[in-house]
Amino acid sequence: MIKSRIHRRLFLNTAFRLLIFGLSAAALLPLFLILADVFYKGIGVINWNFLVSLPRATGEKGGGISSAIVGTLMLVGLAIGLAVPLGMAAGIYLAEVRRSRLAYFTRLAVDVLQGMPSVVIGIVAYAWLVRPMGKFTALSGGVALALMMLPLVVRGTEEVLKLVPATLKEASAALGVPHYRTVLRVIIPCGLPGIISAVLLGVSRVAGETAPLLFTAFGNRFLELSPLKQVGALPLTIFTYAMSPYEDLQAQAWGAAVVLIVIVLATNIISRIVITRWKIQF
Amino acid sequence: MENPILRTESLNAYYGGQIALKAVTMAIPERKLTAIMGPSGCGKSTLIRCLNRMHELIPGARVENKVFLKDRDLYAMEPTEVRRMIGMVFQRPNPFPTMSIYENVIAGYRLNSIRIKRGDQDVIVEESLRKAALWDEVKDHLHKKGTFLSGGQQQRLCIARALALHPEIILLDEPTSALDPKATAFIETLMEELKQSVSICLVTHNIAQASRVSDWTAFMYLGELVEYNTTEKIFTVPQDKRTEEYLVGKFG
Amino acid sequence: MLEAKIIYLRERIMEMAALVEKMISDSVQGLASGNEATLRGVYENETRANQLEIEIDELCTRLIALHEPRAKDLRLILMIMKMNSDLERIGDHAVNIAQSAAYLIVRPPVKPLVDIPRLAEEAVAMLRDSIASFIREDEGLAGSVLARDDRIDALRDQVFRELITYMLSDAATIERSLQLMRVTQNLERAADLSTNICEDVIYLVNGKVVKHGRFEPEGGL
Repeated sequence: MIKSRIHRRLFLNTAFRLLIFGLSAAALLPLFLILADVFYKGIGVINWNFLVSLPRATGEKGGGISSAIVGTLMLVGLAIGLAVPLGMAAGIYLAEVRRSRLAYFTRLAVDVLQGMPSVVIGIVAYAWLVRPMGKFTALSGGVALALMMLPLVVRGTEEVLKLVPATLKEASAALGVPHYRTVLRVIIPCGLPGIISAVLLGVSRVAGETAPLLFTAFGNRFLELSPLKQVGALPLTIFTYAMSPYEDLQAQAWGAAVVLIVIVLATNIISRIVITRWKIQF
Repeated sequence: MENPILRTESLNAYYGGQIALKAVTMAIPERKLTAIMGPSGCGKSTLIRCLNRMHELIPGARVENKVFLKDRDLYAMEPTEVRRMIGMVFQRPNPFPTMSIYENVIAGYRLNSIRIKRGDQDVIVEESLRKAALWDEVKDHLHKKGTFLSGGQQQRLCIARALALHPEIILLDEPTSALDPKATAFIETLMEELKQSVSICLVTHNIAQASRVSDWTAFMYLGELVEYNTTEKIFTVPQDKRTEEYLVGKFG
Repeated sequence: MLEAKIIYLRERIMEMAALVEKMISDSVQGLASGNEATLRGVYENETRANQLEIEIDELCTRLIALHEPRAKDLRLILMIMKMNSDLERIGDHAVNIAQSAAYLIVRPPVKPLVDIPRLAEEAVAMLRDSIASFIREDEGLAGSVLARDDRIDALRDQVFRELITYMLSDAATIERSLQLMRVTQNLERAADLSTNICEDVIYLVNGKVVKHGRFEPEGGL
């Protein structure tokens, strides 16, 4: 009698354990399958040449994706340059003020922005920048990506700053430090690992966005360093090469996909390392 | 009392519409330790925070009437200037976690962008750490972050940080509540030493601590200053019935 | 902090003890040598002794009120308060002896003083030893002083019997005899107070209460 109750419990225990493990594995499976597939198909194309040379003329064999890599780095750089100051400022405001009409509407706006489809952001950037300027530019692409990154930076900054204990603000105030300096020189340094981590997460998110770039950066086979001209980007390259009829280019698309995934994974992992290793103990 | 270092005149303090201090008039003697005791909610923390204008940082908080540091009207000055003249140490030790021990001590200068030569900075740091009885324990670790310090050591670091600005008086808001008995005893001995060079005002909920270390004691209840006298008189012949009841443990 | 204050308190009570010891010695010495100046010294010392008594009392009150002493510290402070009071009364007895001595030294002696000096010596020795037992926290010494109290009582009875004989035989000696009896009685009281001090030392050292005859010297504890 008692024996069977114990057995029943142990059995249920093990059964649930297996169920949970199984389901978790099942959730992770697609990720691993994707990574495996992409690497398998793309790794063959990757060599030093591939990474540093420009695309060849259509039809010619060989060539690389250096312009796309540089373009992605430029666009991400522009996005960071635009989203981080604005996002941090908004995040600081929200963390400080908590309750006010402006805070309420800011939070609302950030939430809406977060949910906005990337293609919509793309056409908005087109309307704001491409049309008036009359051409496709890296700048407009950067703006589009910045808009996508903004909610992450705002939220990340706000959350991290809220975690800074009030006692530190008190300690600074008691030394006669005006509040803005307390924010700049005490609170933000305490929140720095969290903010950097949020920015990196933002980067890993926008590095792979394609839709907004379709009508802003537009793409460029050649290496272009001016933000006022159109530039290539890895997602765009993947898009165009994959749809092309040339096998050679299709293989290069897989290669570009590998590079893009490596960038995204790397920033993600670094973001985690920052959060776990760089610990500020309160 | 002749030449008090700090005095209040009919001080009222509010949290929004609620009054927390009622017409408190008190004079704190120079280079002595004055303790403020009373049950929870009596207003002792509020009072001490009105002295260095920290109370008004709370949204909705308000202060009426005056506080004088010697002959200077503190509420007619810039609050940040007031807080640089009066040091404060809090209940939970709160050294800045991103700064080293050295940087923590000198933080009052650096955060306020007060320029001093590196050599002078070294002098101030050593002097403050010595006064806080922490120098010997940290002198070889000045440039490490303070997180490895024990609670008692961290609190002494906070005391050094407050002393670095050479205030004439420091306010201690229940500084040993969060510490173990040994660290508490250490800091009590430290306070006895310190009061010879800087006036001290101590808020404590621990009656025995007030009796052990202070020269003057104030008893507060429900926002009023009920009784204020030398510690010996308060503890042997209190004049007010409420003081007597608090001391014998009827409430609080 | 408390330690330093207790050390200061001990110094004060030692000062009191030394003062009172001198007062008793001087008062008897003045009687034996007929030296009026010595006797005057006793009165002067009394002023200082009274001052000290008040000071020590206030100090003990402060320590108890402000420092919540426990265990040995508490027993010590309580003991010092009692010792303070006992010493002050010994001082009063010294003054009484000096007053009687002042009367006696200007008049012819009733008889050669033999027993009274012996009694005095014994009483002063008991006082000295009781104070020593306090300083050294010496239970054994305190116990031995308690035992000597009986000898003092016996000596006093002897002196009384002798003086009564004198008074019965010659009425002119009555005044002087009565004064001598007063001296004897005061010496006996002083010795008795010394035993109080010893009882307190025993309480201080091991927390045992030996008052009112509950004590057995040597092996009884």
